[in-house]
Amino acid sequence: MPKVRKPTAFTWLALLCATLAGALPARAAETIKVGILHSLSGTMAISETSLKDVALMTIEEINAKGGVLGKKLEPVVVDPASNWPLFAEKARQLLTQDKVAAVFGCWTSVSRKSVLPVFEELNGLLFYPVQYEGEELSQNVFYTGAAPNQQAIPAVEYLMSKEGGGAKRFFLLGTDYVYPRTTNKILRAFLKVKGIPESDIAETYTPFGHNDYQTIVAQIKAFGAGGHTAVVSTINGDSNVPFYKELGNQGLKATDIPVVAFSVGEEELRGIDTKPLVGHLAAWNYFMSLKNKNNAAFIKMWKAYVKKNKLPGGDSRVTNDPMEATYVGMHMWAQAVQKAGSTKVDDVRKAMAGQTFAAPSGFTLKMDETNHHLWKPVYIGEVQGDGQFDVVWKTGTAIRAQPWSPFIAGNEKRAER
Amino acid sequence: MTVSVLAALTVALALDAGVLDKIARGSQPEREEALAALVATGDPGSARVLRALLEGRLHAAPEGAVLIERDGAFSDALSGASVPPTDDLEKVTINNRLRRSLQRALLGLEMSAPEPERRLEAARALLQAPDTDLLPAVEAALQRESDSRVREALLTTQGMLALSAPESNRRLAAIAQLERVPGAITKRLLADRLAVESDPAVRTALERAVLGVEASLRRADRAGLVFSGISLGSVLLLAALGLAVTFGLMGVINMAHGELLMVGAYATWMVQLAFRRWSPAWLDWYLAVAVPASFIAAALIGALLEVTVVRKLYGRPLETLLATFGASLLLMQGVRSAFGAQNVEVANPGWMSGGITVLAGLVLPWNRIVILLFCSLVLLMVWMLLSRTRLGLLVRAVTQNRQRAGGLGVPTPRVDLVAFALGSGIAGLGGCALSQIGNVGPEMGQGFIVDSFMVVVLGGVGQLAGTITAALGLGLANKMLEPVAGAVLAKIVVLAFIILFIQRRPQGLFALRGRAADE
Repeated sequence: MPKVRKPTAFTWLALLCATLAGALPARAAETIKVGILHSLSGTMAISETSLKDVALMTIEEINAKGGVLGKKLEPVVVDPASNWPLFAEKARQLLTQDKVAAVFGCWTSVSRKSVLPVFEELNGLLFYPVQYEGEELSQNVFYTGAAPNQQAIPAVEYLMSKEGGGAKRFFLLGTDYVYPRTTNKILRAFLKVKGIPESDIAETYTPFGHNDYQTIVAQIKAFGAGGHTAVVSTINGDSNVPFYKELGNQGLKATDIPVVAFSVGEEELRGIDTKPLVGHLAAWNYFMSLKNKNNAAFIKMWKAYVKKNKLPGGDSRVTNDPMEATYVGMHMWAQAVQKAGSTKVDDVRKAMAGQTFAAPSGFTLKMDETNHHLWKPVYIGEVQGDGQFDVVWKTGTAIRAQPWSPFIAGNEKRAER
Repeated sequence: MTVSVLAALTVALALDAGVLDKIARGSQPEREEALAALVATGDPGSARVLRALLEGRLHAAPEGAVLIERDGAFSDALSGASVPPTDDLEKVTINNRLRRSLQRALLGLEMSAPEPERRLEAARALLQAPDTDLLPAVEAALQRESDSRVREALLTTQGMLALSAPESNRRLAAIAQLERVPGAITKRLLADRLAVESDPAVRTALERAVLGVEASLRRADRAGLVFSGISLGSVLLLAALGLAVTFGLMGVINMAHGELLMVGAYATWMVQLAFRRWSPAWLDWYLAVAVPASFIAAALIGALLEVTVVRKLYGRPLETLLATFGASLLLMQGVRSAFGAQNVEVANPGWMSGGITVLAGLVLPWNRIVILLFCSLVLLMVWMLLSRTRLGLLVRAVTQNRQRAGGLGVPTPRVDLVAFALGSGIAGLGGCALSQIGNVGPEMGQGFIVDSFMVVVLGGVGQLAGTITAALGLGLANKMLEPVAGAVLAKIVVLAFIILFIQRRPQGLFALRGRAADE
C-alpha cells in the first residue's frame, strides 16, 4: 500500500485559493435555482428524459431574455431513476440543500404521490406536467397536465360517437398503479351512466416494465369478437414498445379494434415502426402536428436546442404534450414570480392564479383562479405512418379541469379550495 | 356511410375536379358524399386516388389542384402529370371511419382485378368485415370467379351475408358453409342470427353450428395459450442457458449474468447501427452478423471477468457473488456512460414483423417463431458441444472433480476460462434474441437475472435437461395463469410455487445421482 503523504501547508493554501476562486463568481451573479426532478434512467426514462431537456431549454430561453427579477435561472437536475421512494429523497434534497424556488418534475402519479408529503411539509412548489387521474388538490402543486375531464372522458365519448366508430364494448388495459386504476374507476362509472353493461367492460393490468403481451393481445382479440370494441390503454413507460409491437405482429388493425392511449405520444412512438399502427388513437391537449404560429416557434426552438446540444436522437427528436405542459408551466411560473416580485412560495402561489400564456397548443391557456389546474383544449389524434398524429377531433375552446371527478361517489361534497 | 360497391360495378362516371375538391377540402359529410360518388366511378383513376388517400399520400393546398405523392414526387390526381410541390401543401387527413369505407371501396374494385392473388386478398379481407350491402357484388364476383381459393373465400363471405336471406334453404346453405370456416366473426354472426331466427329447422342447424364453431375456437384459444407459453419458455431458456453453463456446470454464482445478456443486446444494436450507416440495402439481414457479434462480445467480456475476478475466487461462493455483483454494476454504469441511460431502439427486420394465421383467429407472430427456432438451435449446439466434443468432455471432467481431472493432465485453468467464456457467449446470444422482443437499455439485465436463476435452480443445478423443462414449465404456467389471474397475480403465484417447491425439493427437478451429488 502506498504511503499517504500528509498535506503540507502549501497544499492547504492552494486548496483555499481554489475554493475562494470557485466561490467568488457565484456570489457575484446571484441566481434563482430551479429543480428538475425527472427519471433519466429506468422504465420511465423513455418518457421523462425529454421533459428534462425541454425544461433546460425553457430556462435557457428565459435567461436569454434577461431572466426573472433581473436574475438568471440556474437549473439543478437530479435523477430519481424511476424509483418512487428516491423521488421523495431527491425532492427533499432539492428543497433543503439546493433551496430551489420551484421544482418541475414527476411523470407517474405514484412518483407525485411519493413527493407530495415532502412538498407540503417544506412548503415547496411543484409543477406537474402530465395528465393524471385527478382526486388530488394540493396547495403546493400546480397541475399543468390534463385532469380526466380534459382527456379520458372526451376520448371515450369520441370512441362512442358515430365518427369514432360507435364503440359499445371497452377493454381497459393499464399498468398496475394508482393512475390507471383510478382512471378506469372513473371510466367505468362514466360508461355505466352511458348505459354500457358491466359485461361489456373488461379490465386488465400488467406490472411496470412488462414485456410479454402475447396473451393480452389474444384476450383483446377474443373480447373484440363481440364487435364494436375499443381498447383504452393506460400503459405507461417502455412497456408500450412491446405492446404496440405485439399488436402490429398479431395483425390487430385500428379499423377492427382501435386502441386509444392516454400515455403514448410522439416520444413513445419514436423507434416503433408505426405503419401497422396507423389509425390507433391518442388523446392529448397538444400534438406536434398542430399547425399554428406558437407551435411552429416552439418546434423550431426545440430542434435548434437539440442540434446545439447534440442531444441523443438528433433529428428524430419530437415534441409532445407533457413537454408543452412543462414549457407552459415554467413560463407561467416565471411570469408569476415577476408579478409577485419575489420567489417566496406563498406570494408566487397567489400570483399564479389567473396567469395566462399563449401556448403551442394554439390557445391562450389560463391557470384557474382557484383550482391550481390549467384550462386546456382537448385533441384526439390518429397515429400516422411517420409516428405523428393527425387530429381527428378537437374541442372549440379550452375547458376547465375537474380534479374531483363527478363520476366518483362522494366527490360532490368536496369543495375546491 | 355505406359505400355502395354495387354501384361501383355497374355505373361508370369520370373522376372530376368537383368531387376531388370536396374530398380534399370539404366538411366531413361532404367528403363522405364525394367519396361515395368517387367510388361509383369504378375506374382505375379513382382507385389510384382512393389508395393515395388511404395511405396518406393525397395532398392539397388551400387552392388549386389535388396532388398525389409517390416517393417524394408529386403528380396531379386528375391528369397524372407531374407537378412541383408548393409550400402550403398539406396532407389530406382521414379518420378510422373514412379509412374503413375506403378499404371497403377498394376491396370492391380489387375484386375485379386481373391477378388472382389480388382478388384472393380482397376476398379474404372481405371476410374480416362482412356487410350485407355487399351481397350482390359478392354474388356477381362468384359468377365469374375461376380460381378455387378465391371462390372458397367468396363462398364464405356469401354465406356470412346470406345468413339473413328470406328463404330458409338459402340460410341453411349459408350455415353449412360457415361451419366449415370457424372463427370469431363466424361465431358472432351465427349467434346474432340465432337470437332472431324463428324457423325451427334453421334454429337447430344454427345451434349445432354455434356449438361446433365454439369448440374449434376453444381449440384455437388453447393452442394459442400453449404457443405463447412455449414462446415465453424459449425466452426464459435463452436467458438462462448461459447461466446453466456458468452456474449450473461450473458452480460460479454469476450475478453479472444479466449484464452479459445486455452486452449481447447492445452488440446487436451496434451491428444494426453499422448496417444502417454503411449498407442500408442489407439492413434486413443484419441479424446474420449480429448473432456472432453478440456471442463474441459477451464471450470476451466473460473471459475478462473470469481472468480478473472469478478465477481468484473458485471455491468461495460468497465472495464470487459479491465480486460479480460489483462487476454487474460496473458494466451497467459503463454502458450508461457510453450509450446513455435511455433505451436504444432495436428494430425487427422486415421478415420478422407480422405473423402467420394457423387456425381461425390464431396468429403466430414471426418474431416469436424465429426466436423459438433460434432457441432450439442454440440448445442443440450447446448440447452437442458438451456431450460430443473433447472440450465438452474436459469441461464435464473439471466440473465433476477438479483435482482428479488436474491430476490426469487436464489444464484446468484453461478449461475454466473457455467454459466461462462459452457460458457468457451463450448469454450474449440470449441478449441478441431478447433485443427482438423487448426493450434494450442498461437495466434490461436486472429483469432477467431473477428469472434465470429461478430456471436453473428449479431445473436442478448442473442439468441441461432440467433447465429446459423448468424454462418451458415456467413459461407455460405463467401463460396459463395469466388469463385467469391477470399478469400481476400470475407472476406472484409462480414465485410462491417456486419457493414451496425448492423447500420440498432443494435439489430441483432433475437431481444429480451418484458420487458427484455428494459434493
